[in-house]
Amino acid sequence: MARLTEDNVRLAKEIIGRYPKPRSATIPLLHLAQEQDGFITNDAMAHIGELVGATSAEVYGTASFYEMFKFEPVGKYLINICGTMSCALMGGEELMHHAEDRLGIKMGGTTADGLITLERAECQAACTEAPCLQVNYRYRFRVTSENFDTLVDQLQSGALSDEIPPHGTMARVRQHIPADKGVGAKAPEDVSEGPAWLNGKAAL
Amino acid sequence: MAERKGRAVSSTSNPGGTWPHAPGFYTGDRPKIVTSRFEFEDSYTLERYLATGGYSGLRAALSQPAADVHEEVKNATVLGRGGAGFPAGNKWGLTPQGVWPRYLVVNGDESEPGTYKDRLLMERDPHQLIEGCLIACYAAGLSQCFLYIRGEMAVAQERVAAALNEAYAAGYVGKNILGSQFSVDIVLHWGAGAYVVGEETALIESLEGNRGMPRLKPPYFPAAIGLYGQPTIVNNVETLANLPWLMNNGATAYTAIGTPTSPGTRMVAVSGHVKRPGVYEIINGTTTFRDLLYGEDFCQGIRNNNELKAFVPGGGSAPWFTPDQLDLPFEASQVGPAGSMLGSGAIMVMDSTTDIPRAALTLTRFYAHESCGKCTPCREGGTWLERILSRVVDGKGTDADLDQLLEVGESICPGAFPHASNEKLGLTAVPVPYRMNTICFVGPSAYAPVHSALTLFRSEFEARVTKRNLIPVTAVGQ
Repeated sequence: MARLTEDNVRLAKEIIGRYPKPRSATIPLLHLAQEQDGFITNDAMAHIGELVGATSAEVYGTASFYEMFKFEPVGKYLINICGTMSCALMGGEELMHHAEDRLGIKMGGTTADGLITLERAECQAACTEAPCLQVNYRYRFRVTSENFDTLVDQLQSGALSDEIPPHGTMARVRQHIPADKGVGAKAPEDVSEGPAWLNGKAAL
Repeated sequence: MAERKGRAVSSTSNPGGTWPHAPGFYTGDRPKIVTSRFEFEDSYTLERYLATGGYSGLRAALSQPAADVHEEVKNATVLGRGGAGFPAGNKWGLTPQGVWPRYLVVNGDESEPGTYKDRLLMERDPHQLIEGCLIACYAAGLSQCFLYIRGEMAVAQERVAAALNEAYAAGYVGKNILGSQFSVDIVLHWGAGAYVVGEETALIESLEGNRGMPRLKPPYFPAAIGLYGQPTIVNNVETLANLPWLMNNGATAYTAIGTPTSPGTRMVAVSGHVKRPGVYEIINGTTTFRDLLYGEDFCQGIRNNNELKAFVPGGGSAPWFTPDQLDLPFEASQVGPAGSMLGSGAIMVMDSTTDIPRAALTLTRFYAHESCGKCTPCREGGTWLERILSRVVDGKGTDADLDQLLEVGESICPGAFPHASNEKLGLTAVPVPYRMNTICFVGPSAYAPVHSALTLFRSEFEARVTKRNLIPVTAVGQ
């Protein structure tokens, strides 16, 4: 089960096909595995290794470097509260304390019902809308304590399940290159000449 | 309870505002190069893009030889908007002759504290970015493009993916673009959360499926040896977003805006204690920090009409400025000698209520956390800085800690570290650049806020620490 499903293997092969070298697909495939299971399992990493031509240790080596990959289950909703300067100047740390009190957990913890995991995050690129947070990487801006409580109520009641997919799901729109439109990736060693359009003439 | 929670960074917290809140982008009566479509609700669709002149820059580019397009970009002096400010046209020219294939890697891993402009450009005008990528590929002979978007930006990824799908279907990307012999694929790539990947060689490592650690230099530019060891151009999202306008209007019109050394416009985000924090497209080279912080068209002054204490002029890595530097323009040749940098166009403003040591800690903690661990001075030094500063902030430090902070900093960046001049303190500016013992700028960036805060506001630290207890070595048996 924790290996990639048949559908996901098909998707994985499509993704791998876009790169001149299969290993470049490692991070996108790790996202795919996390989308499937909610976190990254050992089996999934072994499977990804088979698909891109790496050992499972190499895949783990890559995966463990990146903040977004989780190696044990997290809540259905991962709330990241920003703690870097712009947010801190506008009350980000107070918001974190409030969140801990409201949910009865500490940063890094998960609520007993498995619904919400709370994390302290670094700058989320919404600095003018401080303090900000993300729920499964979807933004909430200028969050007050009351806003936070409303958010938690909504998450608990399921009111946001349309807007915010469960943890692991990244973009709900995927790139798809139609076979007849794409150029296709070639390994760099198979290319020896410059592109045709560099012939000194206008292309159109 | 209150004690556990510690002191706030500044006296009042959130001023409120509606929620959820649309990110504050403000237009004004100024030339717009990259944000012209932001006013439209559907700015991210192909339909709107085509209705507002979309892909005509590409058509203009393809109607001339690639070398001429490259020349036009060089003539326009399009400065890189990622932080270093290196002219894009010159960067493209650094690829070695006769080595194929060459790649374009788009740096959309925006995560410098205080910075956001690339996210808005990707979310609100993804086709403009795609068109910019195509023009760059055509001009520099790059045969495949990888668009690396920061993992945490789910909406940006959805918008760019949808835009790419539209563009492929309509024949703007892929095989025989617009019916010409120009063919290039653009591949959307997801990041997964690592600040250091914004460094261009780390970005390439990450794109190859590895841990995102910067490569040892030289070579200094991936233009020589980059992705898969091939010549690779790494350009920032905003840099590329300038190209469609440039192709439509020409280098002369581009350089007519701003100054000769800083032409065009640039996007800046002003956050922190101003009345109207927001993202603004400003005229490069002439707009001053005072215009930006106090101008009616911009931030309209400091909140509650408080006094300005300090501001970070160019992203979390930049040494700080105080009101003494307000009249400096957005011009690297003036900001550099004044002791800081324009970086990624992010200004973080601190008013008089700000707890400076605590504010510095939020930045230093960021860089310590984001160190990839490759270079010892950054891996160890960053953590040391964070720990020492933490105990100073918590009131558990001694005066020896303040010297220790500078000593650790010296081991990351030997010699004089840049800082601004200050009339009251009798300081003269130390210009950038600094020397560094690390491969990339993460280590020095951990030190920059500590050094600025200690240099400009030492008394606030001294008020926090106790005098060191000297224990006499002869005190045996007491």
